[in-house]
Amino acid sequence: MNNALIIGQYVPGNSLIHRLDPRTKITVVFFFVIIVFFANNVPTYSLLTAFSVLCVLISRVPLRFILKGLLPVWFLIIFTFILHLIITNEGNLLVDWGFIKIYSGGVIQGFAISLRFFLLILTTSLLTLTTTPIEITDAMEEMLHPLKKIKFPVHELALMMSISLRFIPTLMQETDKISRAQAARGVDFRTGPVKDRVMAVIPLLVPLFVSAFKRAEDLAMAMEARGYQGGEGRSKLRELHVGTKDILVLTGFVLMLVALFVLRQ
Amino acid sequence: MEIQFKDVSYIYQENTPFAHKALEHISFTVNSGSFVAVIGHTGSGKSTLIQHLNGLSLPSRGEINIGDFHLSADGKPKNIRDLRRKVGVVFQYPEHQLFEETVAKDIAFGPKNFGVEQEEIDRRIEKLLPAVGLPKEILERSPFDLSGGQKRRVAIAGVLAMAPQVLVLDEPTAGLDPRGQREIMDMFYQLHQEQNLTTVLVTHSMEDALAYADKIIILNKGQKYMEGHPLDVFKQAEKLQEVQLGLPEVIHFLNQYNERFGTSLTYQYQPMPELAKEIKKRLEVGSHE
Repeated sequence: MNNALIIGQYVPGNSLIHRLDPRTKITVVFFFVIIVFFANNVPTYSLLTAFSVLCVLISRVPLRFILKGLLPVWFLIIFTFILHLIITNEGNLLVDWGFIKIYSGGVIQGFAISLRFFLLILTTSLLTLTTTPIEITDAMEEMLHPLKKIKFPVHELALMMSISLRFIPTLMQETDKISRAQAARGVDFRTGPVKDRVMAVIPLLVPLFVSAFKRAEDLAMAMEARGYQGGEGRSKLRELHVGTKDILVLTGFVLMLVALFVLRQ
Repeated sequence: MEIQFKDVSYIYQENTPFAHKALEHISFTVNSGSFVAVIGHTGSGKSTLIQHLNGLSLPSRGEINIGDFHLSADGKPKNIRDLRRKVGVVFQYPEHQLFEETVAKDIAFGPKNFGVEQEEIDRRIEKLLPAVGLPKEILERSPFDLSGGQKRRVAIAGVLAMAPQVLVLDEPTAGLDPRGQREIMDMFYQLHQEQNLTTVLVTHSMEDALAYADKIIILNKGQKYMEGHPLDVFKQAEKLQEVQLGLPEVIHFLNQYNERFGTSLTYQYQPMPELAKEIKKRLEVGSHE
């Protein structure tokens, strides 16, 4: 299993953020992702950064854990920064090495873009870190409900989503298990020429597909045996409730939006 | 090959909120050529322990010596491939690892990876097939067309074809019918004796542990709970009861019998008919008095 990547992993907890209605969280993250692109000066960027850091603090997910988990993404962030540093030529010339010229505009631009990128990833991963996949799909189903009017299969889509989410850990485990078994038979996934390493994937993929299809068949059979027939007339195990805390959070978020547009140049 | 665990601990996902101690301060020795049974409940750390035997996992603390190989937290030894060739692991439900087009190719996969010549592989397969109870015709069939029991045997043959010196078995009979279980275990025991293998068997079956093992190691919550000769371990029924483990049927029966009739019959690996005769004798003596 890839322990380094935490995107999509849920950290159990009981903070305010954990207890919010998932629809509130999705709405906030959705609009946050949009408004990040509206920030254009120091106060607006500070406001957005303060907001996301505040959320992280409230969620009580260890900051060190989040930063370490975003390690693979750090590379992209730094890459974006360097790219902007080199290709932007506005403002004062700061460094001139002949082949590389760095302008003050480049530094600002690079910093702004990578901050944007960082905030995007921070908030979206905070959503998945504090919300179980099941809650997310439930919320999606509720939020897409109006589309039912135009015969959009909302329930089926949500079911597909929750089933695939449900089976991600299972497949990860299965992959882990099979790769161990094949490693014990002398397959080397990590070293050797590229051609050999590509070939080494076959003993992993074939059993994985075989078992995935088998699982799908078993699941379909089990659902049918219990008379599953889709969304019509089906009650919910987990009801979603919008509470006072949701209204407070949404109000706070709207206030921040207003502040952002006031501060914006 | 001798296997030595010295104060081994293993922590899953260290330094994350998910950190979890799977093994804690485990020390034991498995003598070369002996048959050891590892017993414990789900989550007691059995499977984690097994992964240390061929370097799939490295200990977070402590060290492991397997023959000349040395494993510790300092990183993989360079000759890890040699270790994996010499330690054959039959994982739980090994049939899940089958992938080749034909049975013959799948069995040959392991030894081929370790650079064994095709002729030698063919020789090994020829010897192995009767041992694992498979007909020769099966070699050209697809492993996915076989029955569950046959798949299991093919997968086991795939590990045995590597000609390992240490055989590690993780519940090799789980999910087989009683007859298949007996056959497979007898086959492993025969191989163990004939080829002087060192065998580590993870099992839930007290019967198997009693029948085959020279030594039992009981794990509980990642720690070593008991270690010793099967007959000694099974004398301590109460201590086993504390971790919800039972006794083999024979010993349980004899204990109850002794209690009921005030006798002191002990199990010393007598064959069943002999034990029955002994009991009959006591009963006759009893009725004459």
